[in-house]
Amino acid sequence: MPTSSPALEIDGLVKDFGPVGALDGRMVRVLDGVSLRAERGAVTVLLGANGAGKTTTLECAQGLQRADGGRVRLLGEDPWRATPQLRARVGVMLQDGGLPPSVRPLALLRHVASMYADPLPVDALAGRLGLDAFGAVSIRRLSGGQKQRLALACALVGRPEVVFLDEPSAGLDPQSRTIVFDIIRELRADGLAVILTTHLLDDAQRLADYVFIVEGGRTVAEGTVAELTADTEADGTRELRFETVPGLSFPSDLLPHLLQRETEPGQYVLRGPLTADDVARLARWWDACGVMPTSISLAPRSLEDVFLDISGRSIR
Amino acid sequence: MTLSTPAPGGSPVRQAGGGTAAPLPARVLRHGAYEALGMLRNGEQLVLAIVLPLLALTALVLTPVLDAYGPDRIDVAAPGVLALCTMSTAFTGQGIATGFDRRYGVLRFLSTTPLGRSGLILGKAVAVAVVLAVQLVVIGGAAVLMGWTPEPAGILPAALLLLLGSAAFTALGLLVAGTLRPEATLAVTNLVWILLAAAGGVIIPAASLPAAAEPFVSVLPSAALGDGLRAALVDGVFDPIACLVLLAWAALASLAAIRWFKWS
Repeated sequence: MPTSSPALEIDGLVKDFGPVGALDGRMVRVLDGVSLRAERGAVTVLLGANGAGKTTTLECAQGLQRADGGRVRLLGEDPWRATPQLRARVGVMLQDGGLPPSVRPLALLRHVASMYADPLPVDALAGRLGLDAFGAVSIRRLSGGQKQRLALACALVGRPEVVFLDEPSAGLDPQSRTIVFDIIRELRADGLAVILTTHLLDDAQRLADYVFIVEGGRTVAEGTVAELTADTEADGTRELRFETVPGLSFPSDLLPHLLQRETEPGQYVLRGPLTADDVARLARWWDACGVMPTSISLAPRSLEDVFLDISGRSIR
Repeated sequence: MTLSTPAPGGSPVRQAGGGTAAPLPARVLRHGAYEALGMLRNGEQLVLAIVLPLLALTALVLTPVLDAYGPDRIDVAAPGVLALCTMSTAFTGQGIATGFDRRYGVLRFLSTTPLGRSGLILGKAVAVAVVLAVQLVVIGGAAVLMGWTPEPAGILPAALLLLLGSAAFTALGLLVAGTLRPEATLAVTNLVWILLAAAGGVIIPAASLPAAAEPFVSVLPSAALGDGLRAALVDGVFDPIACLVLLAWAALASLAAIRWFKWS
């Protein structure tokens, strides 16, 4: 099959659940026109609030759910009728992990590896993901981050061409997060199609080559992060972020036309129609306070703004 | 992913090789061995599979419960206890394990690997067969030590009955596990096991039950298996009706499981 065709193609996907007893036995349409494409050598992110339909979309793409309408093509085939050979080319990390609690991590990984003709060396993979440190205890004793790393190893052990990661950073401690994000970038560099869902804008901003925003069961926006955050309305809205000592309070007469907040201790965000003069005034105030930021960034709209504009609500 | 193993040319070892599936028999047998090992390592399952049948066998030999059905207690007891083993492994043990695997998403995850849904079910059938074989050796061996002399002419019919019986009870276990919550599966499969063991024609022949109950009990898979095994191993007689009853249960339960089994 030519490598130019997308790894995953979804057109107008429709999925109904039900009948739902609480709704007098009616069906509920959870997906109503999701469309997306995922290319090889790229990280494709499905971004949306909880309940937007991200997981259901992935499950239709993985062959775990049958589409009620639209078209799904995974590596050119219908995933609902996936052959073992197709499944061998696709790695899946489920949101809830799908890990048996009474089994030991390395025993599970070896078992999953035994389903493939030519799996990755288990010991090397386990070492890379830091699984060997807890390989001998049963899975029920693992932390959330350890379980996520094991689930990722299980998704990768068969040398897939396409990897689905449903909320891969859920429950990750900072160390696991770094390992997982590094691996996602390596997979992209190795030419895999990585498809992941997240409701974390920061994840999307850091990892995504291409973003599909899913809201209310349909794709409402798509593009690279740069495209999505480009100032389409030409109102001059920009976001200035800087990092310095925590607890600075902005004087009320300084830049009153901008939204100002300290998002995390020492992380400040100013948003609005920002001018060069505003930046100069801000710099004079830093000078007056005797602080020098350790980092400054200026961007057009953030993904969060985009999401707010599209859905009228916060993603969290 | 590069596993930090640079190839001679200096370029990293590519992870993307286009994964290939192991052959179907290998996948099914490996999954069967994996599940069988899991069942034999689990303490509760081991009690259900080995300890309870051994206790039942001992009790039946020491008490006069079966004195009305044959000259030698152990000869009548052993086939019934083997039927009990089939029920505990294929129905109760396998049903409970599958119910919790479903709760934890294990079934969904494994069905995305080359094993797939059909490989998962076939693997479970293999696991049941492996555990049942272990039970046959341990429980059958203990019975022989207690003086059991099975009728040689009945060995082959008994093997066929055990095969059909484990198919029927595996399908029934999957049906319960795939439609009820795991806690309910735990309760139902244990309760049904106790009821069938006590009054389902497993250990005590269906013919000895009250006349009103006998027609109902005799079409149960438990009675077909228990009475069929006794006919084979005590009298050396092949019971085609028992085979047909078990075949019908296996077919109906499989169809129902295919229709109603929920994977998540």
